[in-house]
Amino acid sequence: MRQSPDVSRRRFLGYVVAGPTLITAARWIDPLATADAQELPRIGAQIAESYDLIDFLRDAARPTANLITVTVEDDGTVSFELHRTEVGQGINTAIAMIIAEEMDVPLSQVRITQADARPELLFNQLTGGSNSIYTIYDPVRIAAAVARQRLLDAAAIALGSAGAELGILDGVIRAPDGSSLGFGELARDASSQVTEAVDVQPKRERPRIVGTPQNRIDARAMVTGELRYTGDLVVPDALPTMVARPPTHLGRPVRLRNEAAVLAVPGVTHVALVESGVAVRARTFGQCIDALQVIDVEWAPGPAAGMSDESVQAALADAELPQVVPDTGALTPLGIPSPVQTRDFSFTFAFQPNCPLETNPCVADVRTDRAEIWGPMKNPVVAQQDIASALGLPQDAVTVHVVQGGGSFGRDLFWDAAREAALVSQAMGVPVKLSWTRTDDFRQGRAHPACRSSIRITRSETDIVSYAQHHTSVNTDFGHGLGEIITARADELPGGLGGMGFSQTVFMLTQYVPYDFGAVEQLLAETLPAPGEIETNVFRTGSMRNIYSPNVVTARELAIDQVAAEVGRDPLELRLSTLRDARSVAVLEKVAEAGSWGREMPAGTAQGLGFHSEYKGRAACLIEIDCRPETVSRTVPTAAYAYTGPRVTRAIYAVDVGLTINPRGLEAQMLGGMMDGIANCLSFSLHLVDGGFAEDSWEHAYYTRQWNVPFETQVFILDSSSQPGGAGEFGVAASMAATANAYARATGSMPTSFPINHGMPLAESIVPQGAIPQSPTDGLGRR
Amino acid sequence: MPVQKFMVNGQRVEVDVEDDVRLLWVLRDLLDITGPKYGCGLSICQSCTSLVNGKAFNPCSVPVGQLRPSDEVVTIEGLADAVDGDGLHPVQEVWLEEDVAQCGFCQPGQIMAAVDLIQTLLADGRRDVTEAELDSLRNVCRCGTYPRVRTAIRRALAVMAETPVFVRGAQR
Ligand code: FES
Ligand code: FES
Repeated sequence: MRQSPDVSRRRFLGYVVAGPTLITAARWIDPLATADAQELPRIGAQIAESYDLIDFLRDAARPTANLITVTVEDDGTVSFELHRTEVGQGINTAIAMIIAEEMDVPLSQVRITQADARPELLFNQLTGGSNSIYTIYDPVRIAAAVARQRLLDAAAIALGSAGAELGILDGVIRAPDGSSLGFGELARDASSQVTEAVDVQPKRERPRIVGTPQNRIDARAMVTGELRYTGDLVVPDALPTMVARPPTHLGRPVRLRNEAAVLAVPGVTHVALVESGVAVRARTFGQCIDALQVIDVEWAPGPAAGMSDESVQAALADAELPQVVPDTGALTPLGIPSPVQTRDFSFTFAFQPNCPLETNPCVADVRTDRAEIWGPMKNPVVAQQDIASALGLPQDAVTVHVVQGGGSFGRDLFWDAAREAALVSQAMGVPVKLSWTRTDDFRQGRAHPACRSSIRITRSETDIVSYAQHHTSVNTDFGHGLGEIITARADELPGGLGGMGFSQTVFMLTQYVPYDFGAVEQLLAETLPAPGEIETNVFRTGSMRNIYSPNVVTARELAIDQVAAEVGRDPLELRLSTLRDARSVAVLEKVAEAGSWGREMPAGTAQGLGFHSEYKGRAACLIEIDCRPETVSRTVPTAAYAYTGPRVTRAIYAVDVGLTINPRGLEAQMLGGMMDGIANCLSFSLHLVDGGFAEDSWEHAYYTRQWNVPFETQVFILDSSSQPGGAGEFGVAASMAATANAYARATGSMPTSFPINHGMPLAESIVPQGAIPQSPTDGLGRR
Repeated sequence: MPVQKFMVNGQRVEVDVEDDVRLLWVLRDLLDITGPKYGCGLSICQSCTSLVNGKAFNPCSVPVGQLRPSDEVVTIEGLADAVDGDGLHPVQEVWLEEDVAQCGFCQPGQIMAAVDLIQTLLADGRRDVTEAELDSLRNVCRCGTYPRVRTAIRRALAVMAETPVFVRGAQR
């Protein structure tokens, strides 16, 4: 191999793995720590500024990086079994781009499939916390570089040419004399009978694919209907199955009162009581829904029985940690306005439904001695362990196939449907294709926990000199593997984080204040259950396109705007003068300039700003909102139930995630994140009423719809480094905060409870708890 | 059990199933036509949207017994073949060029709703679409692809205004 004259160039070790065709892997001992970690931490810095959740997840993945292999098939295809789950975030396309870049093959020649659960990967098969690209970038690049080098070496022999003279174009290696060989023709020669360690250097030329906008590699299968999601799989005898569920969140079935009547419903083949409800299997899902209309079950109440939004918020207020910075009062003892003043803010946030559009499907075929499971799982190894123990089978008797998902936003970190499907299949003794109903997913699915965030700001004259934020949340369930990783690797965590609860650790690894506000403190407290109180969760919670940030950041950004207004400073100027680094300033200046910050706008409309930094990235958003009565009360002729409300008319986003693999994909993620941010701020929530979540469908749970979409959206990508950061969740917090600030400026009153429409009365057409709405029959009306 | 007869994607089909089973399940569970997705079963999310005699409808809300033998259902799988010309339907082509899909789950329904909207506009001699008309689309996209959906519909309309394309049976 040629020696590089540049000593600073990094070399890596990789492997050629023994096999009949060329298989390569990375040995990933990164000689240099991350760029950020090399800098001396600022005095008084918060932990997440220098070492954050994605560093932690990447470190947890290092020991198993060499188990990830790139294979060159004899038809020239480069294939890679991805140990992360594609759920819409574009990870398949990004990984294919990295391989295509490194090996000089066309993108169309790279095939990405989803790996089954691979227990040997330990902590390296979790898709969450925006860690995927950050963790996989180097190992994939190294494995691809090894493959490239081996193919070149094999070609040099076959073509009788010196390696240095060979060139690769579109997966074909060419010699100066014009002779050439394709990757497929070389794959066998380049393979090895024994596993060998080799030394490689990834390509250093200007990238040709990475950093260029590319369309998704799976888009064609999506727009033609060919892509098979879990519910579209054909597994012999796996008939449609749905579950009757309790009228309270996480209630339990006691007994089925009318088995014969259920079995008499046309199409029904089996009925079985399992831990979560009573399952019905039928020839079609329509007949499952029919059976759910007649089923009669005695239920035991769930752990949240009797609780409501009000009682949960009261419990959160009780659990809030008191502020320690003294309240100075507005006046000095002499009765003149004090130059040093404290300001207190409190914001509350309702539960929110995670709910992807795909309704929690799973196919399970459980036999006496083995089980096979198919589902959109982001955490298949822990799922496999849990399902095996629930079934009473050894872990290696349970095969878990990961299927590309129809959205996730964090929901598929849990395997609620997979465990349920496995238990149902076991109880019935037949394979099942389980789907939750839409109503189930709202009422019994994963929810982003209700929370409150209180802030005490001290200002001296017009400057903020201390900032303390106490965030209090309903317990977030991290029992999906992240918890196991924290337990197993606690001693590697900085700053004593290993000794805290999972939530505390995640909070400290994700939250920091990016502004120079003097003394800064951010703390998390949790309740329901409080730490150590009871073992089971009161609510089925989880992350939802980000864990704490959308709420923590929205509270912070609102408070900053209020203080700015009180001291007569421009919110943009206050932020720019206190943001700590040039990357932060750059994204904020970008949106201010592109959105003409400060332009004249009619009464009842306004602009708002939001800023967020996390996972090595920086993001800023400028929102324009229209809160005029004629807009708020607009109707949609095609949708009688449409929630319209304030309209975001313009949304401008600037993001810097370090190295951008696929700008087109990143833009899509930011656009989607903005739709979430708008919904989080204005309309999308669950109402807890008497121990159950009231929302039953998209008709009553107000996620962003076309009638809420800004007329103008723009995303600017500011690319700043050679290392990719995390991006999947990065569009939400800044846009939620900017929408809240715009609303406050347009209406002249700062919102303190989110989403802003949460206090609206519930629609009368919501179906009662425990009921599943029957499908209408008038769909041909417009024929 | 009654025999249900109708056309789907250019084929005549006969299925033994009760009259009241909604067409979505007949397509998905009995005919293995899985392009139309279940997102609610309530005529709300629009992810099952398909065409019947060229017009958009929600198969989740149609008892199969209501179909006549002459009714032609087109699902996303049959869209390209339901119009003249080779390759994909122009709306599908624009969807690829604009890279609209994220998880893709809602996209069969989005595309069918877009086809219907554009056909209606063209039949009225229109070459433009208003914000209010785009607002009228009810399809839920939990990935938030709405801005690209709007852009893609505008572009597809421009393309189809040059060379009008109608699905078999659609009103021109
Ligand atoms: S599944 Fe038909 S409209 Fe939602
Ligand atoms: S692309 Fe995922 S729901 Fe629309």
